[in-house]
Amino acid sequence: MLAHRQQKLAIVLFIIFGSALAISLVLYALKEGINVFYTPTEISEGSVPDGQSFRIGGMVKMGSVIKQGLDGAEVNFLTTDFCNDVLVSFSGPLPDLFREGQGVVADGALDDQGVFQATQILAKHDENYMSAEVKASLDAAEGENVEVCHQ
Amino acid sequence: MIPELGNFTLVLALSLAVLLSVVPMAGVYRNNELMMRLSRPLCSGVWVFMVISFGCLAYAFLNDDFSVAYVARNSNTLLPEHYKFTAVWGGHEGSLLLWVLMVASWTYAVSLFSRSLPLDILARVLSVMGIISVCFLLFMLFTSNPFDRLLLNTPAEGTDLNPLLQDFGLIVHPPFLYMGYVGFSVAYAFAITALLTGKLDAAWARWTRPWTNAAWAFLSIGIALGSWWAYYELGWGGWWFWDPVENVAFMPWLVGTALIHSLAVTEKRGVFKSWTVLLAIAAFSLSLLGTFIVRSGLITSVHAFAVDPERGLVLLTILLLVIGASLFLYALRAPVVKGSASYTVTSREVFLLINNILLVVATAGILLGTLYPLIHEAINGEANMVSVGPPYFNTIFLPLMGVLVLFLTVGSISRWKKTSLSYLKQQLAKVAIASIALGILLPLVITREVNIPIFIAVSLALWIVFGILRDIQVKTANKGNIFQGLFSLSLSYYGMQIAHLGMAVIILGICLTSHYSVEEDVRMAPGDSIDIGSYQFIFEGVTRQPGPNYDADRGEITVLKNGDPYLTLRPEKRSYFATGAVQTEADIDVGFFRDLFAALGDPRGDGAWVLRIHFKPFVFWIWFGAFLMAGGGITAILDKRYRVRDKANSRIADSGKTADLVMESV
Repeated sequence: MLAHRQQKLAIVLFIIFGSALAISLVLYALKEGINVFYTPTEISEGSVPDGQSFRIGGMVKMGSVIKQGLDGAEVNFLTTDFCNDVLVSFSGPLPDLFREGQGVVADGALDDQGVFQATQILAKHDENYMSAEVKASLDAAEGENVEVCHQ
Repeated sequence: MIPELGNFTLVLALSLAVLLSVVPMAGVYRNNELMMRLSRPLCSGVWVFMVISFGCLAYAFLNDDFSVAYVARNSNTLLPEHYKFTAVWGGHEGSLLLWVLMVASWTYAVSLFSRSLPLDILARVLSVMGIISVCFLLFMLFTSNPFDRLLLNTPAEGTDLNPLLQDFGLIVHPPFLYMGYVGFSVAYAFAITALLTGKLDAAWARWTRPWTNAAWAFLSIGIALGSWWAYYELGWGGWWFWDPVENVAFMPWLVGTALIHSLAVTEKRGVFKSWTVLLAIAAFSLSLLGTFIVRSGLITSVHAFAVDPERGLVLLTILLLVIGASLFLYALRAPVVKGSASYTVTSREVFLLINNILLVVATAGILLGTLYPLIHEAINGEANMVSVGPPYFNTIFLPLMGVLVLFLTVGSISRWKKTSLSYLKQQLAKVAIASIALGILLPLVITREVNIPIFIAVSLALWIVFGILRDIQVKTANKGNIFQGLFSLSLSYYGMQIAHLGMAVIILGICLTSHYSVEEDVRMAPGDSIDIGSYQFIFEGVTRQPGPNYDADRGEITVLKNGDPYLTLRPEKRSYFATGAVQTEADIDVGFFRDLFAALGDPRGDGAWVLRIHFKPFVFWIWFGAFLMAGGGITAILDKRYRVRDKANSRIADSGKTADLVMESV
């Protein structure tokens, strides 16, 4: 039978082992799993590191959605913060709430031509609700409107 | 009139809940038996008035009473009757009403089924649950009253229920989930009681275990239904997204799982006492955190009904109050409830401790990932938003669960107090060899490809299954014939093994469906076809179909198997009259070994549509496994030792006072 102190030592060792495991996992995972959010203006200014996957948010520009004449299930549209536009290309069915003039959030990365190749289009918000990212994107653009857009 | 009655009964329920939270507790300290005895009738009162109140809201929905603001926002005359009823919990206020009704129901259930509980314990438990009811009733009445009226400008027509929620999944998912969430309040109330009395013996653990199991089983089913609903109703065939709302339901489940195991140790061996109490507090706190995150609109999701800072603030206050008060109490009293038994490094106690650590670490990782965007935003400002995606969660969660499964079998086959390594080796060597060998051979023979993750997952699942078989074999070896042996095993033992089998089934389901699913997003004109395995999908085109409160574009896809007609899938795209919302309804042919999934995307001109067509093997096993787990939890509750009304309930010696009180209350 183990003495009480040894028991305690065992427990402490387990806790240290567990936290070490957790911390190393977390550090490793955070490197992989985080998508930083950028606005169309930030992207046009080139502040996005090359080849990194990230998240973009803005409005779908009116009249910019092109569905025909493309390969397979591809669709192209412009996302805008009413200051700068970024061309987004996506292959697959669009979410039900995807509409011209409405907010959109997309995961993906920029290709060589500066086109945002989306792996996922998110629209988990309803008609009345603007996602925090889209709102921030528009707010940020509004803040810079005076200097950047109307120079 | 009826909505006023609903409001009135809500206030009555609040008044009785206030009495419930004060009188029996005061009775305990003044040693007044009458005051303690009041707890039972007060529980019944709160419950009855909550039911009436809930009924009033349902009545308002069924009769299209749009003078009630909540009904006007969430219903419509064209809405089918059964959805009118389920719309009661389709929005913030109503789902809160359901939440409180659940608290009242659990409280009532405790007062009904705890005849063997000493009166002073029962009084404390019910009082703590009364406090929880009071908090949420106040919150509801002051910030989110479902009976608020629009008397001067009564709309002629309601806005309609969110189309996403017009679905069978919504009828069953929230009640089950809430039963689980709120069910942990019972374990919480027992934990607080233990801290107050300083008495935490085997009897306490035995009272707490069935309630914890029940809450956990409900939560398992609730989460599984939510995942199933996401799979077919969100339309795109995913079943788990590591979305914040999923995470906040999953975290109490993980901690609840840890709690179930830790309670087992506390009951059988009288150790891990303060740890068990801490887990019970954590499980309920995480349930509250879930409610807070989902309801405050902090996080973008289909569940964020209302973005109202005031509500968020009140909920945060309740949350901090519950966590702060219980941790304070814990800090003061935890040293009192110390365990004394000893055990060795390779005992079942230690294996279950490892189980607990892994589950808690996994929870902490998920919590960090869920809150990280909020923390990041708070530190770096609104313009610097980040999101944490599935790669993070998978990297954290999957390895931890792999290790957990390794210890699962070791833990369940080992013995309390002391298990020699040679015994473990003798029991498990063959199990290990067989599961690794078959785990590699089976997928290799069937698919003829080397896939390491699949080898690992199948080996782990078989490790559980063979471990169960081996354990049953060992336990029945000395019992004459096999049937006598099987009959001699207790229901709680079967419950454990069924739940563990559920774990194996889930592992197989998740891994096989993740690796062998074929997912095609294609643009198809009428007459086009694609082949997936032995199935051929032919798109016949889209026709217009009217529904009760929507028009639908219905696609028709003929499926051939090996060239022979097999079945027809009819996915729809509905547009609802009232809101103009568009909703994709996938059509799925569900099978035990594979699902065929078809969803209509968007039209791309000339009658062509983008279609999403999936072949998903073993996806059903994910939910089947979750139901097995829940079934295991329920089976364990049915064990007869939980119903024995022996007065000397506590096997561990320090039960003098408890036993006396039992005598008194009988």
